[in-house]
Amino acid sequence: MTKMTYRDALRSALRQALRSDPRVFVMGEDVGRYGGSFKVTYGLLEEFGPERVRDTPLSESTFLGAGIGAAIGGMRPIVEIMTVNFSLLALDQIVNNAATLRHMSGGQLSVPLVVRMATGGGRQLAAQHSHSLEGWFAHIPGIKIVTPAVPADARGLLLAALGDPDPVFVFEHATLYPMEGEVDEEAGPARIGEALVRRSGDAVTLITYGGSLGKTLQAADQLAVDGIEAEVIDLRSLRPLDIATVLASVAKTHRAVIVDEGWRMVSLAAEVSAQIMEGGFYSLDAPVARVCSTEVPMPYAKHMEDAALPQAATIRETVTEMLRAHG
Amino acid sequence: MTAERAVPGLDRDHALALLRQMILIRRFEEKAAELYTVGKIRGFLHLYIGEEAVAVGAMQALTSDDSIVATYREHGQALARGLPAGSLMAEMYGKANGCSRGRGGSMHFFDVSRRFYGGHAIVGGGLPIAVGLALADKLQARAGVTACFFGDGAVDEGEFHESLNLAALWKLPVLFLCENNLYAMGTALTRHQSQIDIRRKAEAYDLPADAVDGMDVLAVEASAQAAADAVRRGGGPFLLELRTYRFRAHSMADPELYREKREVEEWKACDPIAAFVAKLGERGLLGAPDVVAIETSVAAEVEDAVRFAEAGPWEPVEDLTKDVYTPAEP
Repeated sequence: MTKMTYRDALRSALRQALRSDPRVFVMGEDVGRYGGSFKVTYGLLEEFGPERVRDTPLSESTFLGAGIGAAIGGMRPIVEIMTVNFSLLALDQIVNNAATLRHMSGGQLSVPLVVRMATGGGRQLAAQHSHSLEGWFAHIPGIKIVTPAVPADARGLLLAALGDPDPVFVFEHATLYPMEGEVDEEAGPARIGEALVRRSGDAVTLITYGGSLGKTLQAADQLAVDGIEAEVIDLRSLRPLDIATVLASVAKTHRAVIVDEGWRMVSLAAEVSAQIMEGGFYSLDAPVARVCSTEVPMPYAKHMEDAALPQAATIRETVTEMLRAHG
Repeated sequence: MTAERAVPGLDRDHALALLRQMILIRRFEEKAAELYTVGKIRGFLHLYIGEEAVAVGAMQALTSDDSIVATYREHGQALARGLPAGSLMAEMYGKANGCSRGRGGSMHFFDVSRRFYGGHAIVGGGLPIAVGLALADKLQARAGVTACFFGDGAVDEGEFHESLNLAALWKLPVLFLCENNLYAMGTALTRHQSQIDIRRKAEAYDLPADAVDGMDVLAVEASAQAAADAVRRGGGPFLLELRTYRFRAHSMADPELYREKREVEEWKACDPIAAFVAKLGERGLLGAPDVVAIETSVAAEVEDAVRFAEAGPWEPVEDLTKDVYTPAEP
């Protein structure tokens, strides 16, 4: 095991893939000379050259579509879209092509494409640079969505994405890049579609993913001081969604709170809540609760942004109130 | 615009083959329209009638190593590429023996074995895929050109400009084939483009371009061959504008309020099939019995296609979610 940052763990997976598979190449805005806007691809241009680490024009739709074409043409492209905010310019290629080509061709094609992008708020970047839209993408059959929350998963889920025959979108919460953690560089890929219990408890199940895992674990530690032991589930993959792990936990704790940085309305949290209702209704001692972002375009001012995003304090208050009302 | 070039080696057999392909497309689509009116074919049906010289001429420049990306008006390209007419008719029926197993319909013909990478129904959406296929060829040092068909409407889309730029920047082997039929659905070219000379768009991205009379199959063939040769020499992409006209409505649902009947009639006077028959007759390469023989053989092929579609099985509903994802390897 090696201690490394989330950013370095991603680079470790990229480097391993580029070294071991000549079909793999990386393309995106500023992934080469600049070294990656989040420094994930730093040094790869020098090591692997401009044919395999390709700086693209600011044409998100076209370089993502070119990734689809290259994937069906026998390559294993890794497309970096700088942030989810810019992926909106490529939505047509994602929704109408990447997700459909296999099915629409009657199974003649697979699209082994990996798309990486930063997501999330919390950096005072205001309304156009703070989106947390992975829940939207999880709506679409034909693609897979993974959300590594710790460095080991950054490496393991990216390797899994590379080994997958279908399009996999890796959402990297932008606040996580400097996060340090233990990573086994000898470990193989993680399994896509497998949630993990990050903390055991019996009083309530806290379900989260990506950038909200840290806040949720922090809230769980604070609740433990109050004598409330929360179980924390890291979904890791939003599509496929490992609802079995969630339901098994809810069967034990009888309470569920979902923490999701997406807006509350029509959110991933809403989907998880619905699936708990469908599969675990009779286990529940309290209505499912959600801690999501406030329904507002992200404000710039720090105190306002903090108020808009899920925080450890709001998670803790939600649990405390749930236990008070439905203890 | 390219003046008509002499086609080296144009012999009777080749001329008859071109004519047969155009007539096959025409009769196949007339049958499809008929089957649409009786409900055998549903959804959207966009006919290519009038534009046959474009697909047939351009396809002559491509080999089996080349890849093709087409639009939702792709029956002509599919037939000219050699996809069996029966598999196309069955696809429009929604049958399991269709070329896309009934999952695509008229707008989404695929045959990966023939490197026919689809009918794409979002205008402009196929161009980036063509760029990517060409990138894959280049990175794998495969010889091959990716031919990307799209209409004048696609020129309005950002992806047209982005794709020309990226393909030129990376010197990728893409043959961009703009089928300019003067209408983006119902909006005339003069009403959707500030610069209606489409080949001039290429100047901005520093790639070579040409325009050709898309109603003349020999001119299309010669221009496409020259363009494909330029791409094969490794210089990067080429934009070829094929000036043509669709005789039928945009789709079966279109009452054609946006164009004058007189305009359609004027273009029908340039019918690519009639014009080619006349030209071959003048050159002494074709006689009336040849046309009869082609019509007879095409009619039989279209009948066979309908029979194949009628006899095809429906995919069981239990398979509904098959091929959303690739099955795990055992």
